[in-house]
Amino acid sequence: MSLINTVPESVITTKVDEVLNWTRKSSVWYMLFGLACCAIEMMQTGGPRSDLDRFGAVPRATPRVSDLIIVSGTLTLKMALRTKVLYEQMPDPKYAISMGSCANCGGLFQLAYSVCDGVDKVIPVDVYVPGCPPRPEALTEGLLKLQDKIQQERWLVRASDEGSAAA
Amino acid sequence: MSTAGIEIGLERETPAGLETEEMTLNMGPQHPSTHGVLRFVVKADGEVMRRAIPDIGYLHRSIEKISEKVGYHGFMPYTDRVDYVSAMQCNQGWAMACEKLASIEVPRRGEYCRVIACELGRIASHLISVGTTGMDIGAFTPFTHALRERERINNLLEELCGARLTFNYMRIGGCAWDIPPGFVKRASEFVEQFEPLIDEYNELISFNKIYVERLANVAIVPAEMAIAWNLVGPNLRGSGVKYDVRKDVPYSVYPELEFDVPVGTGERGTLGDSYDRYMVRMNEMKESCRILRQALGGIPEGPVIAKVPRTFKPPPGEVYVRVEASRGDMGWFVVSDGTAFPARTHIRTGSFSAMAIIEELSKGLMIADLVAVIASLDIVAPEVDR
Amino acid sequence: MEAAEIHRRLRDKLGNAVEPTLQDGDWPACEVRAAAVAEACRFLRDDPDLRFDCLSNLSAVDRKAADQIEVHYHLFSYAHRHQVVVKASSPRLDPVLPTVSNVWPIANWLEREAFDLMGVTFVNHPDLRRILMPEDWVGHPLRKDFVEPEEYHGISTRRESLLKI
Repeated sequence: MSLINTVPESVITTKVDEVLNWTRKSSVWYMLFGLACCAIEMMQTGGPRSDLDRFGAVPRATPRVSDLIIVSGTLTLKMALRTKVLYEQMPDPKYAISMGSCANCGGLFQLAYSVCDGVDKVIPVDVYVPGCPPRPEALTEGLLKLQDKIQQERWLVRASDEGSAAA
Repeated sequence: MSTAGIEIGLERETPAGLETEEMTLNMGPQHPSTHGVLRFVVKADGEVMRRAIPDIGYLHRSIEKISEKVGYHGFMPYTDRVDYVSAMQCNQGWAMACEKLASIEVPRRGEYCRVIACELGRIASHLISVGTTGMDIGAFTPFTHALRERERINNLLEELCGARLTFNYMRIGGCAWDIPPGFVKRASEFVEQFEPLIDEYNELISFNKIYVERLANVAIVPAEMAIAWNLVGPNLRGSGVKYDVRKDVPYSVYPELEFDVPVGTGERGTLGDSYDRYMVRMNEMKESCRILRQALGGIPEGPVIAKVPRTFKPPPGEVYVRVEASRGDMGWFVVSDGTAFPARTHIRTGSFSAMAIIEELSKGLMIADLVAVIASLDIVAPEVDR
Repeated sequence: MEAAEIHRRLRDKLGNAVEPTLQDGDWPACEVRAAAVAEACRFLRDDPDLRFDCLSNLSAVDRKAADQIEVHYHLFSYAHRHQVVVKASSPRLDPVLPTVSNVWPIANWLEREAFDLMGVTFVNHPDLRRILMPEDWVGHPLRKDFVEPEEYHGISTRRESLLKI
């Protein structure tokens, strides 16, 4: 007698990891963190045409309830310290998308005295979206890439694996 | 009342009545309704603000210093980032300053391309402004309506210059590219379809009772105050001062085009209140449609750009050029020392003075009105900080 | 009113504190001695025929060759629709000018900006502190000899080659 035959038809079996990841990736709430030019494109990405809601991503106004920070725009040195604080306020597990050349590497403003060349100097970044500014399609693609990444995460660890990781 | 050994007094009566304390609230730099990275330190007495002190500089990108490093031609893309919501007028300001330094004349077709691009940009910028005004006072729907139309303008401008937001369309001496085939037809179609929509917006939001109540009689700026604080553009015109750089210090081909300058009338409250500033933007979109219709119908033949040497070295001197950007009179002060790099560039923008006036305006307003005031002054962070 | 007439009236009022020659142009410029700037501005605003009710712009320029910091006040009159520039210079080592923030309220922020980025001290300014750069920033970045610091609060300002990223 196999297990499959005993359960009703309305039940499907899967792995715990996959269920967890599927639920998490389908409701990535991002924090409204518009810094500069890219913020307008981020607004339009959330707007009617390239509706980010389709992928379960809705904007949140506070870091306390967000899963994702989209750093969209030039990060100045004055702002960099605050960005770190905001990132630390987000609950785990948390992700970061760096949107646009300025957030990736300083971009056009590498010559500037007041600009932090890349948000990865301050917080860890999961997905880099290139462009100056990236089109809404590019940001959507960035979100899908992040969802792929979330889907591949493993939460349940065998005791033996943990032992080998610690060693 | 005692909780864990700490005495908490619920009421503190003094001979003068109930004792109150001034509260200090922090708003920003990351706040969803501050239109970018602006920060306010609010001193409040309950719900009423004693004053809101603006703290700026969170988006100071040293654009002025960069101009000294990249030269005249190379600075054009940076001007887009001075005001990314309506980058075309910034392009034009820089181009006009350089043209004036070197006495270059722009071909007429180039000027028409500029005017068409600028007016499309103005509509796009005002759409963001009126859309976010709605969002800031609690109505999300107008914002999606505004963005829907803005996407169509983005498409048109993308045809023109290949970018949706940071255009880099103009060059010293003219424009980078000629109008693509079929553009005039598509742009005219847009204008014809868009103009009736302005009335629809008015029906939907502008005359809505809640909307009027939130904006009318809030943050009144009398004309003398607006001038002394150097408010410009729609903010100044909202106070009833009929001044538009396009009319009063005419540049480009604006003298050949017919349009009115809408001013605030105090129709729902007092002259110079937030509603007047909002309404001026609505009416300006209509005027922009009028300008576009004329400009699209009268594009002359010829080149779009004058011959300008690759190594652009204007004679030593200094110019101060003003253009009517979406947020008003934008001043470009450029000092040349005869080399290929400007010695100093200073950009005087409308949002900077609009931000400065907030400390004065906020006295006695409710905290919830602060966002309505920021929205009605149409402050865009990069323009404040540059 | 014609620029020459504005210049003549200003000279009548302030005498030798105003340079005898008017620098012609779209925005004609009167050069004024640094100490007399506030008085000149107040006169230009208050005189009923001049009535410069708006300070359109205030820019500081680093003239390194002449060892001077030059401050330009672009004045505009909405009442009479005329315009003029008042120019004043001060030594580069320690530029000091009287404030005009009590003449036009917008000068408060414009002067703070000039102080922050160019290091011009405005005497009697009510609130002269940095406006754009952080409070703990060292130096005035728009000066020609400004050297960028190596790091700011542990964030390095050095740039790696783009190819390594």
